[in-house]
Amino acid sequence: MTQASGKDTPLAEAIKGTSLGRDAWLRLRKNSVAMGSLYFLALIILLCFVFAWFCKNPNTILLTNKFASPSWQHWFGTDQLGRDLFSRILYGGQISLLVGFVATAVSLIIGISYGAASGYAGAKTDALMMRIVDILYAIPFLILVIILKVVVAEPIDISAQWTVEQWGWNKELVMRSANILPLFIAIGALGWLTLARITRAQVIAIKNQEYIEAAISLGLTRRRILFRHIIPNTIGPAIVYASLTIPGFILYEAALSYLGMGVEAPNSSWGILIKEGANFLETQPSLLIIPGLVFSLTLFALNFLGDGLRDAFDVRSSKD
Amino acid sequence: MIRYISSRLLQGLLVLFALYTITFFLVKAMPGDAFTGEKNIPEDIQHQMREQSGLNDPLFIQYLNYPKNILLHGDFNYSIKKRRPVAELIAQSFPASLILGLIALIFAITIAIPIGVISAMRKNTWIDYSGMAIAMIGICVPAFVVGPLLQIHIATRIPILKIAGWDSPIDVLLPAITLGLATAAYLARLTRGGMLEILSQDYIRTAHAKGVPLPRLIIMHTLRGGLIPSVAFIGPAFAALISGSFIVESIFQIPGMGQHFVTAIFDRDEFLIIGLALFYGLLVVIMNLASDLLVGMLNPRARTSES
Repeated sequence: MTQASGKDTPLAEAIKGTSLGRDAWLRLRKNSVAMGSLYFLALIILLCFVFAWFCKNPNTILLTNKFASPSWQHWFGTDQLGRDLFSRILYGGQISLLVGFVATAVSLIIGISYGAASGYAGAKTDALMMRIVDILYAIPFLILVIILKVVVAEPIDISAQWTVEQWGWNKELVMRSANILPLFIAIGALGWLTLARITRAQVIAIKNQEYIEAAISLGLTRRRILFRHIIPNTIGPAIVYASLTIPGFILYEAALSYLGMGVEAPNSSWGILIKEGANFLETQPSLLIIPGLVFSLTLFALNFLGDGLRDAFDVRSSKD
Repeated sequence: MIRYISSRLLQGLLVLFALYTITFFLVKAMPGDAFTGEKNIPEDIQHQMREQSGLNDPLFIQYLNYPKNILLHGDFNYSIKKRRPVAELIAQSFPASLILGLIALIFAITIAIPIGVISAMRKNTWIDYSGMAIAMIGICVPAFVVGPLLQIHIATRIPILKIAGWDSPIDVLLPAITLGLATAAYLARLTRGGMLEILSQDYIRTAHAKGVPLPRLIIMHTLRGGLIPSVAFIGPAFAALISGSFIVESIFQIPGMGQHFVTAIFDRDEFLIIGLALFYGLLVVIMNLASDLLVGMLNPRARTSES
């Protein structure tokens, strides 16, 4: 892989070679769709998490100004209660994106640990652990997410109230987080199955390589081998796959919110905006179309970027 | 073959039992029960109703009794809120969900397979790119955006189509399109990928070199192998279409199982939740098995390599 070819290349650089990450980045840079998606996502994240602080309060109700058309004051117009649609979209985006990223992080942690443990243990433990994954696979996902979400919501609510009363934490902030936490848990706790399979396959492939054999012969402990030498090498593919689950999770959140089982006021999300917009479709189609468009474009970008990352990290594809 | 099927059925039973166990304890862990908020039912009547559905028994006895009653008497217990047998509710709402899912699946297959095949044939041309872009739209534009848009732009313009409702056969059309779009999109991508995999094989090149005409090459040599990923996907997808139609059912007001499930969650109607979850699980198990058998028929290698 590492080539010291070309006379004009400085020796140091040639010896350094190129890492997998750098190769992947070079390949990704050539994929214009993926790069466009990356810039678009960066813009959306910047708007939602930074620019939003300078926007109008999304919960300010002004009934005299409902269904206003877009203007300098209200870039996307206002909704049925006179709230500024632009800032509602930005604040709603915070929740939607957070659910996608945090739930993915949760499932990444569970999936990697489970898959690595299963693959490294091998033999009967492995067979049993994978059978469990097979069984969980056959269970209707959304149904369990809904039930689990309802179950975990209560204790989280109680402990949120407790922190407010005992430690005097900011009530609004705590309550808002308490409302979205069950979603992270419910989606993340059930979304790790494919990740576990991918990690396991990866671990089994690595386990049989010579450098692991060398590590064993050096007398390293099993735990050290697993955590220092195996898991770090599985994280790349797992993260690439995980990037493709983000849009899926965002979609789940929107679906749950649409059914009235997701986030609740004062929180809002793109799912909520779309649901509310659908009620005024005949009189004010922009209330559905603008959030729907932002939502779909973001999912587009996430999917294209995920596809691009997968292609870029695909080690089988040649270096060029 | 019979051994394979019976071992798979056994595994399916295991799946259902695991699903039952998880839903049972989760439902029991839900805050409140079906009687919360039912202030107009006197306490002693509530007690009698609990007694009748076995809700006063110890938890573990309840856990064992429910599957026992299903297996011995086909008794799924009562919906406490709707005061009707769960089995009856499912039997009544299943046809609507089934028809909706079936039409959605047919819609998805008829548009996705051709798009996937043509995209693969014309790889990296504008036909391929536009086909895959359309597929991406199907994945990224959710049903709750497509549904209302179809209602407002299509249903109001074409006289025989209704905005919502479930009376005449034609009413299935718009909901089925809404529901099937995402499936169609995944299917198109899978078909393209499967076809590309096969098209790069040596035997296809040989057939090409021998001068096999293109239509024959596609139909006789490529489709059989190229459709394997799609066939493997169709089974679970069909189960997902039937069980995942809450949103479409609520947009178009279709009296299917999805609506029961959503209200059952809000009502804490425990036997209805468990019954529906089990029924959905059963569908998934059957469909998975069916599509594995079909894949085995298409691809003899899959039969031996997989346990």
